[in-house]
Amino acid sequence: MTLDMIMSHLYLVLAAVALTIIIGVPLGILAYFYKSVRKIILWVVEVLQTMPALALLGIIMVFLGAGKATVVIGLLLYSLLPVVQNTYVGLSEVDPAIKEVAQGMGMTKLYRLWHVEMPIAFPLIFTGIRIAAVTSVGTAVFATFVGGGGLGSLIYRGIRVSNMTMIMSGTLALMVMAVGCDGIMSHIEKRLYRRFSPRKTI
Amino acid sequence: MIRFEHVSKRYGESLILDDLNLEIATGEFTVLIGPSGCGKTTTLKTINRLIEPDKGKIFIDDQDISQIDKVKLRRSIGYVIQQIGLFPNMTVEQNISVVPKLLNYEKARCNKIVRELLALVDMPYEEYAHKYPSEMSGGQQQRIGVLRALAASPPIVLMDEPFGALDPMTRRILQDEVSKLQKKLNKTIVFVTHDMDEALNMADKIIFMNKGKIVQIAAPEEMLENPADDLIRSFMGKHSKDQEALPQTAADFMRSDIYSCYRNRGVREAIQQMARRKVDTLLVKNLDDTYAGTVSIKSIRNHGKDLKTIEPLITQENAVSYVDEDAQICFDKLLNGQDSYVVVLNHDGTIAGIVTKTSMAKSLADAVWGDSQ
Repeated sequence: MTLDMIMSHLYLVLAAVALTIIIGVPLGILAYFYKSVRKIILWVVEVLQTMPALALLGIIMVFLGAGKATVVIGLLLYSLLPVVQNTYVGLSEVDPAIKEVAQGMGMTKLYRLWHVEMPIAFPLIFTGIRIAAVTSVGTAVFATFVGGGGLGSLIYRGIRVSNMTMIMSGTLALMVMAVGCDGIMSHIEKRLYRRFSPRKTI
Repeated sequence: MIRFEHVSKRYGESLILDDLNLEIATGEFTVLIGPSGCGKTTTLKTINRLIEPDKGKIFIDDQDISQIDKVKLRRSIGYVIQQIGLFPNMTVEQNISVVPKLLNYEKARCNKIVRELLALVDMPYEEYAHKYPSEMSGGQQQRIGVLRALAASPPIVLMDEPFGALDPMTRRILQDEVSKLQKKLNKTIVFVTHDMDEALNMADKIIFMNKGKIVQIAAPEEMLENPADDLIRSFMGKHSKDQEALPQTAADFMRSDIYSCYRNRGVREAIQQMARRKVDTLLVKNLDDTYAGTVSIKSIRNHGKDLKTIEPLITQENAVSYVDEDAQICFDKLLNGQDSYVVVLNHDGTIAGIVTKTSMAKSLADAVWGDSQ
């Protein structure tokens, strides 16, 4: 195991999560705003989630070839569900009274979204991002099969040469990474909930 | 001035507003009241176009509001709702500054407005401006809700059962505060409630609605005097004057828990009874229970030492009235005579009770303010 492997693994996860936020949150907002596309968006992200990760990566590789881009896009598609869904649910569940008073005070739809609904929904959206990030740490192991590198290659090599130390060290590193990621983000999340909507708990 | 002309609104089969015509004068505190589903909240929400009527027009200062941009219109009308609806992600200061910010006021101006408004309700800026809504009580939150509606000095403020969720004491305090604010700032306020107490307490004019129609528009006093129908009368409840006839006879004002003794009792016993009950006179009955007169401690002290019974000391000088005598005559006897009470007799001559100044005042108070229970 080298530092390089850990760094490339982290890089894959971070790139995928960043893209997931950039694409997933707007998709959630679209689903919230427009009833006509809501069903399609929510259905598509759900179907993507049900596909085996390895199969998904394989399909993407057919189009984009082997490499990091394939892995990042695969992880992105695989992580969309929690982010899109939590964005949509978070926005929908903002107290109708607050929505009404915001409208009654003369906020435009976008102003209301940006200054009221998004801040109130943000803790739940952040939960979605945390779930996406933690799952991506594990899913990124498959990167090795499509030429993406990361800790997956260490484990895969370990399995082929029956080297328990190799497998275990790779797995341990992955677990530390996942638990650490979850711990830090949970901590932030708790503070968000306390600040924005103190009555709400997960 | 707000004017409704033939305004109707229908949800599916049910007619919520039925050809509504009404005028609300500038600077007036108007209360919309009625049973649930009567259309009062719908009426309110058509004014800031949260609900658009199917038919008819609404004018504010002779301008048809359907021709004004919704967003612009709403920024010029204050809005307070029952659920308070403070933005939980904003501090008190940010909440109050929402509309001023929408109108692009400068930061310094917003801050000045917040300070002035908080001072109006005695909430020190330093203590409250940076609190989040969740750190305050319901009453404090709704105060901020009201201030937020006033922030950009809108000439019209709409309030939809703003105090409905507060406890009675806080509600009363906020009612008084809002009344004061309204007089001070001279706002046109349209206020929805289902609480007649609140309406009577605050309104210049009450509009009573039922089934999408206006039943009566009147000043509180006038509505109390002449409720248009039984529904309004039942809403008035204890306030309605003709629901209960005013007390008229001596019997209505007397107290019946009185102390009396028979005329053949001993002097010593009479003294003991007076001492035990802490009174200075006793009503005396004949053996057939009819009224015989009174005995005072004074006369016992002067003459009674050697007497066996109280009989020789009984006098009939105390003022007497009958149960069905006009209360006014009874009061005259009480107020103009020497005696501290008037004995009230039944027609068969037995004692019914006495009227004292205290019993009189208490009965009058009950009649005016309702039963104290």
